[in-house]
Amino acid sequence: MTLTPVITEHWDDPELFTLAGYRRHGGYTALASALKQDPDAIIGTVKDSGLRGRGGAGFPTGLKWSFVPQNDGKPHYLVVNADESEPGACKDIPIMIANPHALIEGVIITSFAIRANHAFIYIRGEVPEAIRRVANAVREAREAGLIGTDIMGTGFDLDIVVHSGAGAYICGEETALLNSLEGLRGQPRLKPPFPAVAGLYASPTVINNVETICNIPYIVGRGVDWFRQFGTEKSPGFKVFAVSGHVNRPGIYEAPLGITMRELLDYAGGMIDDRPVKFWLPGGSSVPMLTAEHLDTPMTYEAMAEAGTMLGTGTPMIFNDTVSVVKAVTRWLEFYKHESCGKCTPCREGTYWITGTLERFQEGHGSDREMETLTDLCGQIMGRSFCALGDAAATPYPAAMKYFRDEFAAATSTPVDDSFDPAASYVFSGAAAR
Amino acid sequence: MAISESTREQLEQLVARYPQPRSALMPMLHLMQSLEDEVTADGIAVCAEFAGVSAAEATSVASFYTMYKRKPVGKHHIGVCINTMCGLLGGDAVYDAVSERLGVGHNEATADGEFFLERIECQAACTHAPVMTVDWEFMDDVTPTSAVDVVDRLARGEQVESTRGPVIRDFQATEHTLAFPEDGLAAEGTPVDDKMLAGLRIAKERGMAAPASGQEG
Repeated sequence: MTLTPVITEHWDDPELFTLAGYRRHGGYTALASALKQDPDAIIGTVKDSGLRGRGGAGFPTGLKWSFVPQNDGKPHYLVVNADESEPGACKDIPIMIANPHALIEGVIITSFAIRANHAFIYIRGEVPEAIRRVANAVREAREAGLIGTDIMGTGFDLDIVVHSGAGAYICGEETALLNSLEGLRGQPRLKPPFPAVAGLYASPTVINNVETICNIPYIVGRGVDWFRQFGTEKSPGFKVFAVSGHVNRPGIYEAPLGITMRELLDYAGGMIDDRPVKFWLPGGSSVPMLTAEHLDTPMTYEAMAEAGTMLGTGTPMIFNDTVSVVKAVTRWLEFYKHESCGKCTPCREGTYWITGTLERFQEGHGSDREMETLTDLCGQIMGRSFCALGDAAATPYPAAMKYFRDEFAAATSTPVDDSFDPAASYVFSGAAAR
Repeated sequence: MAISESTREQLEQLVARYPQPRSALMPMLHLMQSLEDEVTADGIAVCAEFAGVSAAEATSVASFYTMYKRKPVGKHHIGVCINTMCGLLGGDAVYDAVSERLGVGHNEATADGEFFLERIECQAACTHAPVMTVDWEFMDDVTPTSAVDVVDRLARGEQVESTRGPVIRDFQATEHTLAFPEDGLAAEGTPVDDKMLAGLRIAKERGMAAPASGQEG
């Protein structure tokens, strides 16, 4: 399958981040046509396109928009989830740095469709470069009359606020993000009510991922048939894949959904030193790992589900045979323990106990009984917390046990750093490593 | 805490940015951290007043988010990603080297007030692993040697450029950007690098493109 740069098509133009640069490549023409349409027609177009959320869950975007009650007398809000923090996910930050106006154009069209006059872009605080590039695009768009009052003479008003987070992975969970945006601790809310009915300031709110919103100008501008040329019936469109790990050319590769990991790996220059693929994750640390036997599975929502995992953020992490699965899983659990917001007991306490137990395996002090305890712990956490962080924390260990039980068994007697030399996994060597 | 007229104006601008004042709490805390190199009880009290909440509520927010530091950071914040991808690809060795160079550990500042070291979680740059940050600007694809070199150059007061962003300023300057992101630096440096262009370049080399449409999008 060929690469199909759409969102990334003009990233090699250093001026793309400016309004003039974006316009030179056809930017904001979709907005002009969108503002002449009935907002419901735009929702219909996005529904017909079959676009699914690119933030991880894959929920149909048009359907989400249609849940917003109309003529309810309440203000509506659009909130862009730009809190990309999932381990392995690194595609929204590059999009915002390279092509911020695609996001802004998508925000304006989406706000018009859902009848929102106020949009927020919640960007994680640890990436000032993305924050300043997006804020610069907002300023330019405002100065050009693309944001503000009576946009392009249509009577539509929109204000966009760029909001910096402050270092909390949990704020990528949509209801935690809303609490954070309201100036509260970033802890998830119980659903229902869903944000489409009672979101920001208890008003109807659509929350979409950055890449999802960036698809909107292309769908509205080029049409449903054009969009559906890419991908499959259940996973239409293209995807900004970010390939990381032990590959020769890690980076951004945009291709239709349905491309395989083997094809992406080939574009990424193959494995470093031709070492074998040991395990890989299609989209973030929260999805179950796969092995070399799954390299030909199409990267679609449905095929990944059939393989027992999820497409997630579509940002594959690939590890070679120098890496200890026990160590990788332990490190992810240390992350979830650190990022658990503390609201729900199973997640707060569970991540603590799983991590501590895994750290004993890492030191070679695990036991057969504790392997069973870990399985039990993960089972006790799964599905028992407000949000998906608990489920995510309960995912890596069972997935790793499915394919690499022997490694956990070995870690009952041998420290993993003895079985796997850490330096063998480094991407630098010799003098650089001192 | 006595605040200047300029600070008062900035706080009022932040409150005016949102439909409800409380939403300005996070940017206000970033602003406080740009004035001092930490979030103090006095700074929190100021934010609470402008946000219309109690100091206790504002404290509960400040203590929840890891970027708000409750002790002085000093001039430069150094982050080394130790999550699975960066850590295993060499970030662990980078962290050890930087920690040894600075003589401090996780969440500690050097005695001279120049550096603060933190083991950070995923920075959304796994394609650029191992990743370090200086005042939260990207220092991609570091090695133990190159990471220590960055620290050395900063210590000597030399100009250091982010790999995808502007010349490094200092921690407090970045915190001001987080409160007021229009910092005039959007055109600095080369933020779109080879790795972000990897797929596009191959597509162009091999004559691959998305199917055209009648309209331009």
